[in-house]
Amino acid sequence: MSSRLAALRPGWADPLLATPRLVLSRVSTMCLVELQKIRRDRTELFTRAVQPSLWLVVFGTTFTKLQTIPTGDVPYLDFLAPGVIAQSSLMISIFYGIQIIWDRDAGILAKLMVTPTPRAALVTGKAFAAGIRALVQALVVIVLALLLGVAVTGNPLRLLGVAVVVVLGAAFFCCLSIVIAGLVLSRDRMMGIGQAIMMPLFFASNALYPVALMPGWLQAINHVNPLSYQVEALRGLLIGTPARLGLDFAVLVGSAAVSVAVAASLLGRIAK
Amino acid sequence: MTTDDPAVRCTGLRYAFGDTVAVGGIDLVVRTGEIFGLLGPNGAGKTTTIRAITTLLPVPRGIVRVFDLDVARRKIAVRRLIGYVPQLLSADGALTGRENVALFARLFDVPRRERAARVADVIDAMGLTEAADRQTKTYSGGMVRRLELAQALVSAPRLLILDEPTIGLDPVARTGVWERIAEVRRQTGMTVLVTTHYMEEAEGACDRVALMHRGLIRAVGSPGELIDSLGGDGAATLDDVFRAYTGDEWTDQTKGFRHVQQTRRTASRLG
Repeated sequence: MSSRLAALRPGWADPLLATPRLVLSRVSTMCLVELQKIRRDRTELFTRAVQPSLWLVVFGTTFTKLQTIPTGDVPYLDFLAPGVIAQSSLMISIFYGIQIIWDRDAGILAKLMVTPTPRAALVTGKAFAAGIRALVQALVVIVLALLLGVAVTGNPLRLLGVAVVVVLGAAFFCCLSIVIAGLVLSRDRMMGIGQAIMMPLFFASNALYPVALMPGWLQAINHVNPLSYQVEALRGLLIGTPARLGLDFAVLVGSAAVSVAVAASLLGRIAK
Repeated sequence: MTTDDPAVRCTGLRYAFGDTVAVGGIDLVVRTGEIFGLLGPNGAGKTTTIRAITTLLPVPRGIVRVFDLDVARRKIAVRRLIGYVPQLLSADGALTGRENVALFARLFDVPRRERAARVADVIDAMGLTEAADRQTKTYSGGMVRRLELAQALVSAPRLLILDEPTIGLDPVARTGVWERIAEVRRQTGMTVLVTTHYMEEAEGACDRVALMHRGLIRAVGSPGELIDSLGGDGAATLDDVFRAYTGDEWTDQTKGFRHVQQTRRTASRLG
């Protein structure tokens, strides 16, 4: 055994970071870990790309030809592409609750919770890690959309805005998933509930069709569905349709912040 | 926080899961610099005690102090002092050994300029340098345990807490883990609190032990003192001490379906 072990400087003497730096440090750590995992698991990137590709290539091109969904001057495929980005980020993040339960069962969560990390910082780190994964997926969808002839913006500021919206949306749905995990506490139930809420969230949003086409009750749900605000912002930034960007960002930031707080309060219950 | 403070002091610690009392109001002192064994069969309350000390569980009744810091009020400061290895094999199989250890170096705010060297040092100390850049899903059970020790040590904690560190390992790997723990203490003077239900291992490795049974501590002392307290010709073992103090056999107590699931999962991951 190395004698260098004796020379380790006591870690407890290291200064504790101030809260904002600490949160930033934990978020960057979790994002780095996620990138390390993505780098080694490229197969998952391809398998996860199958469903959004089908939505764009099969559903999108078919309904563009049929012209049954009125989207004004915007081709249906262009209208659909931001919705597919939002849907794929939803699909990725809604199952992070299962990962948290797996981490609990494997002892990883307990070990993370015994580090000097406030629970809110731990949840924020996980949420942004989901955002990183969603961002990689969004890149795949954007490249596919370009290949299909979608008029995607080349403005770097707008593309940066797209990245922020994707991360915020994924962060919210990741935390929602952790909240559900904190309530149901089992992987099997979590899997069922994840499947059960994913499609209603998708169909009760403006991802596939304009809000004006929805019946009144669906429009009401659409107005409280954060996915709709994500899609509206993505559509506005990516293809230039009218969007209430201030409201969209406010809703996404607010819902992400609330969901982080609720998920953090349930983390102890998951770890018990 | 002074060097004279005990590493751990539990006073009247009580914890219940619903109507089931897991820890029934225990007093416990772990002295600074010793290897202290918390012994008892499954379901004795060892893990619940450990989880209260590590801040994983709240302390609804009683007081728990780590180096004189109240764990109920100073959670983050207490966690800063602790290196923790849980009962389950908890390395992330998708990451390499080095990445697993670096993750904990970052989470404990090991300064960036020291991080790589400190990670390399603890990996080397656990004999994992050659395997450091392999994904840990390729590691044997004994290697994962040593990696977890490296993760716990990278922050150079004052108190190393190990929950059943040799459970599910083969005899060679078990010996290897105890040798590493003894060496860490020898080189760093770190306090080590370890739970186990392997009496013969504790007898050889621990300075002092507490025998825990049905949520209560029945005896505390060095293994030699406890064995001597039985009298006789000195051929007794800690198993005999346990029987003498509890009037019970060394049998597992029911911990419920989830515990069985976790134990099986651990066994499965160990191969």
